Amino acid sequence: MNWLIAILQTTLFVALAPLLAGWLKRCKCYLQNRKAPSLLQPYRDLLKLVNKQPVVSEQASWLFIKAPYIIFSATVLAATVVPLIAVNLPTSASADVIVMVGFFAFARFFLALAGLDIGTAFGGMGSSREMTISSLAEPAMLMAVFTLTMTASTTNLSFAISHVLEQGLVLRPSFAFALFALILVAIAETGRIPVDNPTTHLELTMIHEAMILEYSGRHLALIEWASQLKLMLYGVLIANIFLPWGIAQTFSLHDLGYGLLAIMGKLAVLAIILAIAETLVAKMRLFRVQEYLGFAYLLGLLGMLSHIILEAAR
Amino acid sequence: MNIESQDFYTQIILSMAALVGLTSFLMLGQGRLLRLIFMFAVQGLLLTLTTAVAAYSLNNHHLYISAVLTLALKVIFIPWMLRNEVLKTNLHRDVEALANQTAVMLGGASLMVFSYYVLHPIVQTTSPVMLNALAVSLSVMLLGMLLMISHKQAIAHVVGFMSIENGLFFAAIVATKGMPMVVELGIAFDVLVAAVLFGIFFFHIRSSIDSLDVDLLNKLHEVDK
Amino acid sequence: MIPAYLLLLITLVGIVFFGFTRHKADMGKINVWFNAVSLFATVWLAINVFNHGTILSAEKAFLVDSFNVYLIVLTAFIGLTTSIFSAPYMEHEKELGKLTDNRLKLYYSMYQGFMLAMYLVLTTNNMGVMWVAMEGATLATVLLVSLYRTPESIEAAWKYFILCGVGIAQALFGTILLYYAAVQIGDGENALLWSELFQHANQLNPEVLQIAFVFLLIGYGTKIGLVPLHNWLPDAHSEGPTPMSAVLSGLLLNDALYAVVRSKMLVDGATHSDMAGYLMMSFGLLSFLVGALFLHRQKDIKRLFSYSSIEHMGLMTFAFGVGGSLATFAGLLHMTVHSLTKSAIFVTVGHAAQVAGTQRMDKIRGLIKTQPKIGWGLLIGTISIAGFPPFGVFTSEFLVLLATMHSYPWLTLPLLLGIGIAFAGLFRHIQPMVYGEKPEGQQPVKANLLPVMLHLALVLWLGLAIPSFLANWFSQATVLISGSSPL
Repeated sequence: MNWLIAILQTTLFVALAPLLAGWLKRCKCYLQNRKAPSLLQPYRDLLKLVNKQPVVSEQASWLFIKAPYIIFSATVLAATVVPLIAVNLPTSASADVIVMVGFFAFARFFLALAGLDIGTAFGGMGSSREMTISSLAEPAMLMAVFTLTMTASTTNLSFAISHVLEQGLVLRPSFAFALFALILVAIAETGRIPVDNPTTHLELTMIHEAMILEYSGRHLALIEWASQLKLMLYGVLIANIFLPWGIAQTFSLHDLGYGLLAIMGKLAVLAIILAIAETLVAKMRLFRVQEYLGFAYLLGLLGMLSHIILEAAR
Repeated sequence: MNIESQDFYTQIILSMAALVGLTSFLMLGQGRLLRLIFMFAVQGLLLTLTTAVAAYSLNNHHLYISAVLTLALKVIFIPWMLRNEVLKTNLHRDVEALANQTAVMLGGASLMVFSYYVLHPIVQTTSPVMLNALAVSLSVMLLGMLLMISHKQAIAHVVGFMSIENGLFFAAIVATKGMPMVVELGIAFDVLVAAVLFGIFFFHIRSSIDSLDVDLLNKLHEVDK
Repeated sequence: MIPAYLLLLITLVGIVFFGFTRHKADMGKINVWFNAVSLFATVWLAINVFNHGTILSAEKAFLVDSFNVYLIVLTAFIGLTTSIFSAPYMEHEKELGKLTDNRLKLYYSMYQGFMLAMYLVLTTNNMGVMWVAMEGATLATVLLVSLYRTPESIEAAWKYFILCGVGIAQALFGTILLYYAAVQIGDGENALLWSELFQHANQLNPEVLQIAFVFLLIGYGTKIGLVPLHNWLPDAHSEGPTPMSAVLSGLLLNDALYAVVRSKMLVDGATHSDMAGYLMMSFGLLSFLVGALFLHRQKDIKRLFSYSSIEHMGLMTFAFGVGGSLATFAGLLHMTVHSLTKSAIFVTVGHAAQVAGTQRMDKIRGLIKTQPKIGWGLLIGTISIAGFPPFGVFTSEFLVLLATMHSYPWLTLPLLLGIGIAFAGLFRHIQPMVYGEKPEGQQPVKANLLPVMLHLALVLWLGLAIPSFLANWFSQATVLISGSSPL
């Protein structure tokens, strides 16, 4: 039964990710006075791509073809670790937050290799930029996550969320810092403005798009899907760690349904905030990204310090 | 001290302390004057909120007055005045190249540690919450000074000066639930007069050296050059 | 208590009056009258205190005891004599085209504002209000330092404003800590009243008070001009109008020291350690030596004497730091004679600079030939401030040395050394200015040297024989501060 729910949750993750992307696109369209596409447009795009024949370059090695599958499955595995609608599931109990970060790194590694594999200038450039950013973003992310895990004295996300739930509403300065840090990291990692612009193919600025420039057909569909999944994963992380209320602690149908509604509501709100931020902020120069991520790291560090100084028991 | 065991008021105060400290750090690393002023206004707003929370939870009416005073002076009047000055002198397009940014930030961090060190003897006799509040306000003061040292624009100096006042004010609110009314009114009056005087000084400095870069104020030496 | 209220009221009326007056021609004279009435009020107050002992006003807002009452009288006296000097002086500056009528209005208005702040610092019983008034004194004088609107004066005023503002913020932090210690044992509204704090000093948390004192000393020490917080002082003194230098040196520095001593009394009561004393001694000794050394390097006559102020404030801080009845008595006496002498010197220096048309010492020559009164005034003033007998400065410095020899014998050596260095530093500059060859076309100026004569005569009198009522008064104040009588 538990495993069933765990599988259901992961399926929900995978299934809902394009919906979130669609909602985000819609919000941005409203804000920018454009006509919005249907909410289901990402699904249609994926379907269209899957039906198309993939074109693969002659120079491509086996890695290029296998990479989309590896990336997608690694991201799905990461999704199993993160509690979406319920805590205390067997999948999330078996792996902790460091494993999740590891899955992300694994996926990114193969994405970068795939970018390099084809030998075009853009692919290599994108890979190099991606690795630069991730090497800066990862410590910041871990710092923010450690703040949480130190509070809950566990690195397991599921237990940590239960811990936060049990304590009720406690205002923690460390969480405020960690939240900001995690938001900044999430923006960088999912390639949103101001770090990267997912809607442009302007050669000077693109990062993520540069690496997948040579992909087409079902390969492209998988990579797109994986990045939508990643966006949702970060959204869920932020929503469920800092505002876990609503998540199901028992496996009754009522609680699970309520949990689903709650997380969808939270994600919808987060997407609106993200859309507003993306509309207001301009993309920054690539060389400013290190400052930005340095700031995120500083916030994460401050979060941890303020946990030790302000909150820890003496 | 475990934060879960503290009451809600203490939690708010601690969070505010952390955020006020953060705004000080943000100001320290800020080369653009308009953003600097904005951060200063945010800090003022945090102070206003802290004061209002303290007033509410302690049911102390005169703290409401100081909250309103803070709002009027530090969130509205002074930032407005500084902003006008920046726009008038066309400084909002300049980004000040801060020398030794990294060293300054590290210096800021060590100042924070230093304030905890200085105030640590207090912890034996009072609650750790007070230690935190006092240490944060002391470090806001010290960071304000560092801001004045590391920036060259007169406007940044004024922001630093006023953020020192902010730190003091935070200590007064949190540690002692506000000073007696007469003292607080006096301090607010002094801040107001100081702000007006700074306005006058900007005018004088600009008419005398045709810039607001205080590094050009270097005519007076111990010995003739 | 009526005279104290009267005092504050007069100066307040003075601010408003000069702000809106139309009698532009007579402002100098009117200012003299305002200060004369203030002096009258302070004497009345002093007689009250003399007859009835410490006076605490209703609601305990004001406190006048034997310690501050003599400072109040001194403040009013120097305020009066400086205003007598400033009337023709400022008139002359106006004729030279350095000032306009409106700036003169500002000057007189802020002169009264400064006096108000000083009186408030001295009379208030509330440590918070004391801080507010001290900051008010900065705010009142900052526009006076830049009164001439030259680039140098604006720079000096900016430095003065920023340094003193930042410095005095430390004192507010100290005050907050003091209050924090006080609310733990008493109720909120009265917890900053000095009289209450002093009464319950032994219950105050000693750790908090020690930290508080460090901040109070740094904060008010900036105003005293203690090294290394002294940078504003020579600039502000040299670029502002001379009457301002006289009152800054004669009054502001004293009152800042007064605030430190008041704080020290609380801390000593709470901690029963010599921490406060040692801090004051080290800061004082450092300022004394550095001030004395810097005398040698000056080119500007007003900067020269402002460094001399730093040196003497250092000596006083040291004396109060040594503690004990003799040193405290010496400190009080030195406060008095230094104020009198230094304001007299600044008055003379102002005239000397007008005679020579510059403040640069290598351009000021032959004063005694051009205008003997000014030359002699400068010479006697310098002799007095350098600590020659039979002037009062000698007596007080001698007492400080005596007290030091008694408590910390090995510290007398640096003190003697400093006095020697300062003496050499002053005379190598003063001697050619007074006796040197008179430059072509140097003309005497209209000068009123009555204040100088009066001050120097008083200092001489204090040096020869301290009148018994004054000695009595000092010893009462000494008992209050140090707990034992020197007599």
